[in-house]
Amino acid sequence: MGYELKLRVWRGDASGGGLNEYAVQVEEGEVVLDAIHRLQATQAGDLAVRWNCKAGKCGSCSAEINGRPRLMCMTRLADFAEGDVITVTPMRSFPVIRDLVTDVSYNYEKAREVPSFAPTPRDPDGKRRMMQVDVERGQEFRKCIECFLCQNTCHVVRDHDHNKPAFAGPRFFLRYAELDMHPLDTNDRRKLSQDAAGLGMCNITKCCTEVCPEGIKITDNAIIPMKERVADRKYDPVVWLGSKIFKRGDRASREEV
Amino acid sequence: MTDTTGSPDTTGSTAADAPTRHPMTGNRLTAEAAAEGHGFEEHAYDVVVIGAGGAGLRAAIAAHDAGARTAIVCKSLLGKAHTVMAEGGIAAAMGNAYPEDNWKVHFRDTMRGGKMLNHWRMAELHAQEAPERVLELEEWGALFDRTSDGLISQRDFGGHRYARLAHVGDRTGLEMIRTLQQRAVALGIDVFMECTITEIFKTPSDEGERVSGAFGYWRETGRFIVFKTPSVVLATGGIGKSYRVTSNSWEYTGDGHALALRTGASLINMEFVQFHPTGMVWPPSVRGILVTESVRGDGGVLRNSEGKRFMFDYIPEYFKGETADNEEEADRWYEDKTNNRRPPELLPRDEVARAINSEIKADRGSPHGGVFLDIASRRDAEFIQRRLPSMYHQFKELADVDITAEPMEIGPTCHYVMGGVEVDPDTGASSVEGLYAAGEVAGGMHGSNRLGGNSLSDLLVFGNRAGIDAAQTALKSSNQSLQVRDEEVRAAAERALAPFSIAGGENPYTIQYNLQDLMQNLVGIIRKSDELSTSLREIEALKERASRLSVEGNRQYNPGWHLALDLSNMLLVSECIATAALERQESRGGHTRDDFPGPDPHWGGRNLVLTLGDDGRVELRHQPLPAMPEELQDLFEAQP
Ligand SMILES: Cc1cc2nc3c(=O)[nH]c(=O)nc-3n(C[C@H](O)[C@H](O)[C@H](O)COP(=O)(O)OP(=O)(O)OC[C@H]3O[C@@H](n4cnc5c(N)ncnc54)[C@H](O)[C@@H]3O)c2cc1C
Repeated sequence: MGYELKLRVWRGDASGGGLNEYAVQVEEGEVVLDAIHRLQATQAGDLAVRWNCKAGKCGSCSAEINGRPRLMCMTRLADFAEGDVITVTPMRSFPVIRDLVTDVSYNYEKAREVPSFAPTPRDPDGKRRMMQVDVERGQEFRKCIECFLCQNTCHVVRDHDHNKPAFAGPRFFLRYAELDMHPLDTNDRRKLSQDAAGLGMCNITKCCTEVCPEGIKITDNAIIPMKERVADRKYDPVVWLGSKIFKRGDRASREEV
Repeated sequence: MTDTTGSPDTTGSTAADAPTRHPMTGNRLTAEAAAEGHGFEEHAYDVVVIGAGGAGLRAAIAAHDAGARTAIVCKSLLGKAHTVMAEGGIAAAMGNAYPEDNWKVHFRDTMRGGKMLNHWRMAELHAQEAPERVLELEEWGALFDRTSDGLISQRDFGGHRYARLAHVGDRTGLEMIRTLQQRAVALGIDVFMECTITEIFKTPSDEGERVSGAFGYWRETGRFIVFKTPSVVLATGGIGKSYRVTSNSWEYTGDGHALALRTGASLINMEFVQFHPTGMVWPPSVRGILVTESVRGDGGVLRNSEGKRFMFDYIPEYFKGETADNEEEADRWYEDKTNNRRPPELLPRDEVARAINSEIKADRGSPHGGVFLDIASRRDAEFIQRRLPSMYHQFKELADVDITAEPMEIGPTCHYVMGGVEVDPDTGASSVEGLYAAGEVAGGMHGSNRLGGNSLSDLLVFGNRAGIDAAQTALKSSNQSLQVRDEEVRAAAERALAPFSIAGGENPYTIQYNLQDLMQNLVGIIRKSDELSTSLREIEALKERASRLSVEGNRQYNPGWHLALDLSNMLLVSECIATAALERQESRGGHTRDDFPGPDPHWGGRNLVLTLGDDGRVELRHQPLPAMPEELQDLFEAQP
């Protein structure tokens, strides 16, 4: 049942570091995070790692396992052979703080740049009505657990730090798309997503979709439709005209932010 | 460890380039004035909220809206607090699914679920205000599942007369925390993330003493930080990490409970710990991870190794009138709640957890020491995947179980603490001026047992109330000069650094492990007088060992050190639980005594209140329950 797992874990901080080798006892059914925890409890008390729910719900324990961006809590040891060495390194696109912990403040800065939701007034009975089909698209995007694996993987910023100021990244394209598709929002964020958030820099290679632990179809369902909406806005003169005619909830009555 | 203060500093924010922004959080930092005063980073706010779960975020939003300069401090990154894990939903009598539902029915369900030990006024405010708090989330961008006429959909949960949980699939907590987080960010509220508060300061005031500030450390750098503030809102969540099998994360070390005690406030109802009936049991690494009650709300049933729906054998007298006693009626209830009684699988959690425990003890359990939770044979795969996507995912990925095709193995897991800081129901104020508590860290609202879905609504209702009052208190006291004395700050820093100066001492991970075993075995679901006495002796021994903790490494992002500091909170809170559990000689809600198996009206009229004596010992006193006004009492005479 149990066996001794060979682990290589990156240890170090901003000034440098390297892979340390460890052997740690593991049991049936365990995940990489279990092995890391056992290491911490028995051999490396100061090993820095983020985690919370240990069930794929909070998106804290993102790392690269044998080079693949993944959640440690959802990576089962059973997916590797017993003799395999498992290498765990911090997410590469963010500056290392220590060991497996990186400085993800880039993402929190980008979050601040998205203009917030601005709904239409409530119905007379104080409630709001939206149909399930109309909220479903946004609901898919709101499954995002902010593990930032997509941000880490996106080749626009991976190894291209200089692109970060002008590029919000897939996580926030999801957010722009969610708001744009919200049945009750009154803001038009298309220009902003194109200009300030750098939607145009994405050339839809789908790396983000591949690493999303929630299985959100980031490229197909958010980025591509958002790009189409941006294109509509750019070239469709009727949109402008329409803003004088359509009622609330219609695209044309949204206010550009 | 020789040089603990000069740990590598990746922030680059030395005195020379101040003021600058913290690279992790984007918050403004003042330069550390190394030569004068206490020498640590210092901030001044009207309200400091400790905790960024539902309660903390809602409190901060309310305080901000009331005009207070507000800060949020939290141990993890923003958006990762426990609230993110909540699955099933938010209880609010909006009447969208059943127009017959209203706050009175919700109030009554809540009180009965808590076996009447709830603070009636909290239960009343909660039931009255929850609907508006939920609608407000929608205002801020939440996308709840809808009814066919476009309203917020409401689902069934244990102990609730009508379907009333607003939800988003089975990831309601994620929706709630993201909505509140995005709102707080939009309002520009300062957030200090990965920052842990270890002490609260007080200053002399007209009435004696009042809150004046707080002390903590940045996890990233290990550097200290001081807040000057007249109002602190504790929104730190629960205590579950003191148990071996738990649905709770590393953050649940009872910090807020312990901070409150040390600041001079009191705790109530600490003997009541909720064991959720359905946690995963296999494989061992996921033992304790929650399986949402929505599985039962959506039609799942519990079976033992003989395939029997055993809950029919465990319907207590108290709930007979409202619980179906045969499978046919129970199954009809999902479609028609007006003419049928609720299935026994949806009894309050304490009842179901005890029943499962008894089945396992009687050798009718599942192969890995649980019982079976079966929805596969009762609902089609499409329904299950739509209603319970995250449960489907969780079992598939972590246990290799397809819940649309086979039953789950589940067993009780430590989930929630009903006990907490004793607060004024209307304002969330504790007995210490300027100290507030809201959310799971506050006590009273849920009595001896919390109904599912009533926590998320509790966070919103009382987070909001505490935030408003904390702001008002702060704005009133702005002319009062707040004192945070340098000596106190330096002493707090010394206490925090102590584990670095002991060589060859105890490993904090080992002590935590021992504490978890002890609490699980001696202060668990079923309790006995002698075991509780033993637990108190053993906690005492662990405390002694914990006074000699050693940690390796330096101050930069060092989980061993963080745990060393959390441990004293865990030990203190565990002592409170065991002390109150030993005292209460009856069984009620989340407190079951093998030696006193039934409820006792004498105990039904009193709360146990815990405080910290000058000598650092936990003190306990009895306090009569607040009397419920007659018009509310009448609600319990009407209908079953
Ligand atoms: C798996 C699971 C599922 C659940 N499902 C439901 C459900 O469907 N419905 C329901 O109503 N309830 C549910 N609950 C219960 C509910 O989620 C919690 O009770 C609730 O989220 C607690 O919220 P809170 O705001 O009080 O604290 P939390 O969300 O836990 O937040 C606590 C905050 O305090 C911070 N903190 C703690 N100590 C310190 C310190 N010393 N210094 C600085 N910051 C500190 C933490 O970092 C965190 O930000 C569930 C719980 C779990 C574990």
